[in-house]
Amino acid sequence: MSALLEVTNLDVTYPAKGFGKEGFKALHSISINVGKGETLGLVGESGSGKTTLGRAILGLAPVSAGTIHFDGKDISHAGRNQRRLLSRDLQVVFQDPYTSLNPSMDVGQILAEPLQIQGMEGAAARARIAELLDQVGLPMDASDRRPREFSGGQRQRVAIARALALSPKLIVCDEPVSALDLTTQARILDLFLQIQRDTGVSYLFVSHDLDVVRHISHRVAVMYKGEIVEQGDSQLVTVNPQHPYTQRLLMASPVPDPDRQAARREQRKQLAWT
Amino acid sequence: MSTNTAALTHSVAIVRTSLARRLFKNPLGLISTIIILIAVLVSIFANLIAPFDPNHTDAMNLMASPNATHWLGTDAAGRDILTRIIMGTRGTLESAILVVITSIVLGVPTGLIAGYYGKTFDAVASWIANMLMSLPSMIVLLAVRAAAGPSILISMAVFGLLIAPGFFRLTRTAVMGVRNELYVDAARVSGLSDSRIILRHILSVVRAPIIIQSAMISGISISIQSGLEFLGLGDPTMVSWGSMLNEGFQNIFVNPLLVMWPGLAITITIGSFALLGNAFRDALEDAQKVKLNRKQAKAALLRAKAEVAELQAQSATGSESQASENHLLSVDHLSVGYPQASGNLKYVVQDVSLFVDKGEVLGIVGESGSGKTQTAFSILGLLPDNAKIAGGHIVFAGDDLVAPESGAISQQELTKFRGKRIAYIPQEPMSNLDPAFKIGYQLVRPMTQVLGISKAEAKAKALALLETVGINNPLRVFNSYPHEISGGMAQRVLIAGAVSCEPDLLIADEPTTALDVTVQAEVLDLLRDLQSRTGMGMVLVTHNFGVVADLADRVVVMQYGRVVETGDVRSILRNPQQDYTKELLSSMLEGKTPMTMLTGPLKGA
Amino acid sequence: MFRFIAKRLGSGAVLLLVISTLTYFLLFFSSSSVARNLLGDTATPEQIVAKTHELGLDRPILARYLEWLGNAVHGDLGTSWFTSQPILEALATRIPVTLTIVLFAIGTAAILATVLGMSAAVKGGFIDRAVQFLAIAGFAVPNFVVAIIVVTLFAINLALLPATGWVPLAEDPTQWAKSLVLPVSALVINTVASAAQQIRSAFKDVLSRDWVRTLRSRGIKNSEILFKHVLRSAAPAGLTVLSLQFVGMLGGSVIIESIFALPGIGHLIVDSTTQGDTPVVMGVVVFTVVVVIVVNLAVDLLNGWLNPKVRV
Repeated sequence: MSALLEVTNLDVTYPAKGFGKEGFKALHSISINVGKGETLGLVGESGSGKTTLGRAILGLAPVSAGTIHFDGKDISHAGRNQRRLLSRDLQVVFQDPYTSLNPSMDVGQILAEPLQIQGMEGAAARARIAELLDQVGLPMDASDRRPREFSGGQRQRVAIARALALSPKLIVCDEPVSALDLTTQARILDLFLQIQRDTGVSYLFVSHDLDVVRHISHRVAVMYKGEIVEQGDSQLVTVNPQHPYTQRLLMASPVPDPDRQAARREQRKQLAWT
Repeated sequence: MSTNTAALTHSVAIVRTSLARRLFKNPLGLISTIIILIAVLVSIFANLIAPFDPNHTDAMNLMASPNATHWLGTDAAGRDILTRIIMGTRGTLESAILVVITSIVLGVPTGLIAGYYGKTFDAVASWIANMLMSLPSMIVLLAVRAAAGPSILISMAVFGLLIAPGFFRLTRTAVMGVRNELYVDAARVSGLSDSRIILRHILSVVRAPIIIQSAMISGISISIQSGLEFLGLGDPTMVSWGSMLNEGFQNIFVNPLLVMWPGLAITITIGSFALLGNAFRDALEDAQKVKLNRKQAKAALLRAKAEVAELQAQSATGSESQASENHLLSVDHLSVGYPQASGNLKYVVQDVSLFVDKGEVLGIVGESGSGKTQTAFSILGLLPDNAKIAGGHIVFAGDDLVAPESGAISQQELTKFRGKRIAYIPQEPMSNLDPAFKIGYQLVRPMTQVLGISKAEAKAKALALLETVGINNPLRVFNSYPHEISGGMAQRVLIAGAVSCEPDLLIADEPTTALDVTVQAEVLDLLRDLQSRTGMGMVLVTHNFGVVADLADRVVVMQYGRVVETGDVRSILRNPQQDYTKELLSSMLEGKTPMTMLTGPLKGA
Repeated sequence: MFRFIAKRLGSGAVLLLVISTLTYFLLFFSSSSVARNLLGDTATPEQIVAKTHELGLDRPILARYLEWLGNAVHGDLGTSWFTSQPILEALATRIPVTLTIVLFAIGTAAILATVLGMSAAVKGGFIDRAVQFLAIAGFAVPNFVVAIIVVTLFAINLALLPATGWVPLAEDPTQWAKSLVLPVSALVINTVASAAQQIRSAFKDVLSRDWVRTLRSRGIKNSEILFKHVLRSAAPAGLTVLSLQFVGMLGGSVIIESIFALPGIGHLIVDSTTQGDTPVVMGVVVFTVVVVIVVNLAVDLLNGWLNPKVRV
């Protein structure tokens, strides 16, 4: 059985500004796959290309070489019509819950949009919206309110509900908890896990935070400067990494205890010397 | 579809009514709307309400003063002024409408296309727009008049073309801003077509600015139309305010009243459009804008102070004043608030007490809205202008920064300390360096001013500091502008600047939050190193318990502007007493079993 | 740097070419009846044909345009149809009048608007409200109404200054200065009203930047932060505002010169427009476009110097 999402030798090059200049190659020969009901964590620092990879899969970044297969179909260069069909199965949750929801639409309209595109209207749509609000833990009356009336965590719930609207097979989550406070982050991570248990959806979970990725992923891929330096089972990669960059990443993230942190600091310094 | 459209129009109606309500609640908005409505009605029914024929001359009554027959008097030819003012309304409004329509039709669609698709169309359209904007419109209109003859409508249509770049730029900028918004990306992922994205997500954003701009452009067109008529370049058979003004001006030595009526008509009409535009903007910018006069603000502050005093009286029994002890910094029952439209103070810091000793690192931990940054700014005296200290005091090295009962930071006291003995490291490295000055200058200038050393001495010291903070090529960075270096490098520069005058107390506001985790580790190393070497005290504001564990000796946990728990770092992290601290720590992911729930049953975040 | 200037000059030349071409075709297509206007109603058809031929209006417009362009490149803009005066000469006598007034006005306006806008942004309170009120008032009262008001007030009621007329500097410096005051202030009042408001916004924007707070934390004096750092960052926005105001003034001077009977460019174009003296209109258009290009280039260079990010 083949994976739900299969990315093979993917290159993404952003066109240059001005003639005769070379474009910016954001991704070099990336290969990853995500199985049904599985979460692949994608971790890296700024400029690593992790967000670009997510956007390429969604058709928001230019694919210059390689292929992306979703559910057995090649979607590397899918047009608007194919995207519309694809949107039933492939959805997204973005980082910033403040700009990912149109401020001039109410929550009901935001959630109705993906349904409308697929031809679901009227009572059926309203019923589905009620179901979605319940699923992400928002009150029923949220429908009539604007995004600005909600906190960051609640907005992210709206964004998750929008992604869930068409019961997709894969959700690309682009740093969905990075803008949130610690306690809110914990609740939203719980929500992601609960949804996966209930629906069997797959996640491609992009984050800069190794702890978050370890917590939510089955497998993890580590990106650095547009390449994947290491991927494999979540526990192996995030607890006992092999690649020096992943090791540095792990040792750099501080732990909430002064003595263990002091020990980790020493480990990191030794790593730097070797 | 029908139900959906109904739902859509329904919600739009709600927006419109509430917007309209806010617009008319503003007296200026109401008055200007009424004036414009009157002008529109007058121009439609001009023939019915005008008391005379506009060209009827009363040879007996030349330049008559206002009287019962001629309410506003008569002009030099004995024609009724009121009639002519009424008749002139139509041409004036027609011109405004013509200009607005022409410029919207030309400017908005091109702006949408240029902003959404960019590329060649954008380049060409922007060039044309810049060209049109750089032309003096009056001169072009005169050239058009020379070519096309005395038709004010042609002139106004051309003026619409000349002013269309206003709409073009407005739309283009708005669209370019929205195009990269994540919600447009989300719509694209949903397979929404470009035209639907533009209609649903983008037009709604530019709609309001277009209305405001239309009001302004109506005003400008009236001014241009009257100007052309005043110069005698309009259609001589038509009555207009501008030509009345011109005729009046010929007789200004005889009867200045003749210029007053058309002058007033022009000014009131243009002014109404300007006020309407302004009122509309205010209505959009949401009601909650705090506009207090000084008296209200003062009353709010007094009320708040009374409350705070009461609060302190209640809690004072237990807590002894810390100011008496020999701390480097002590903050005692500090309360900070912002005056609200209701006349109350909205507290962001409430009854906060803490202290820092020499050579000690105090971590202030909390989530957004906990008041941790506001507390730090109070110590630095860098609160925004509208913030009010409602109570408490801050003592630094025995000197009062905020004296009890004073209610305001003593600026004079603070300038003595700021930079020299109390220093600050901000959160966002790139936005905290002045982009117009070289890094070297920004390091040297505080030293020459605060320490009083020479430029050469300061430069040598700055270069040494840059090396200390781990910059490999200090001279290159010294001679760079901020935009030429990376974020991590900029944060090192800011740290170098903060410690350059050897402060006793360093206040670091989320100093590593904007940095990558590997860079964060290096910056934390640097801060620890500097702190232990100089023995300065430090206040570390952060939301990250890992950072606290790495640097802090003692911890203050804050929530909703209050202190929840205080203690040394080990006892807080290992053995928290308060529920909130426990909740925060249980939200940490390190050491948790992956794929398990972190919180109890699902509830709204 | 040189490449930048060359590029901007090149783009300016293209602009000049486009505008002059458009204006030429617009103006000369409609100038068929000019011979009759010149000769009056009593002229015979033969006289009109002869006059049309004399002016070259019977030749194809493209040929005439190319000839005009060729001459223009060599600095010859032709002669007036009505007075036979060479256009360059006509412009040369009038440019000093217009430029004197406009430059005095923009200089005064720049200083006043900066002072007002800056204090409104920094001090807030009364002056802030005053500047915002002034902005609306200045918008509502067009400059010709302002001109009429100042004439009524200072020339007629108080009789302090001459209502109209122009005295050259060489003739009588005191009278020259007096004849300047009213036209300049009519232009200044409107400009200050709108520019002060925009400069206020520019300052407000810069004052809210993070680095202003950081500079204060370093112990730098408030006055130094304001006049050195904030002023420099707000200056590009202010310069752009003022350059647009300058272009606006060139247009505004048309009306102002008519009201105050000043022998400037504006007066010239109004007269030639009503007469149908096409070559003169053409000359004024070319002149103003050149001025606009030069001003914009200067502003771009200044902005580049102020902002290292856009520097080339």
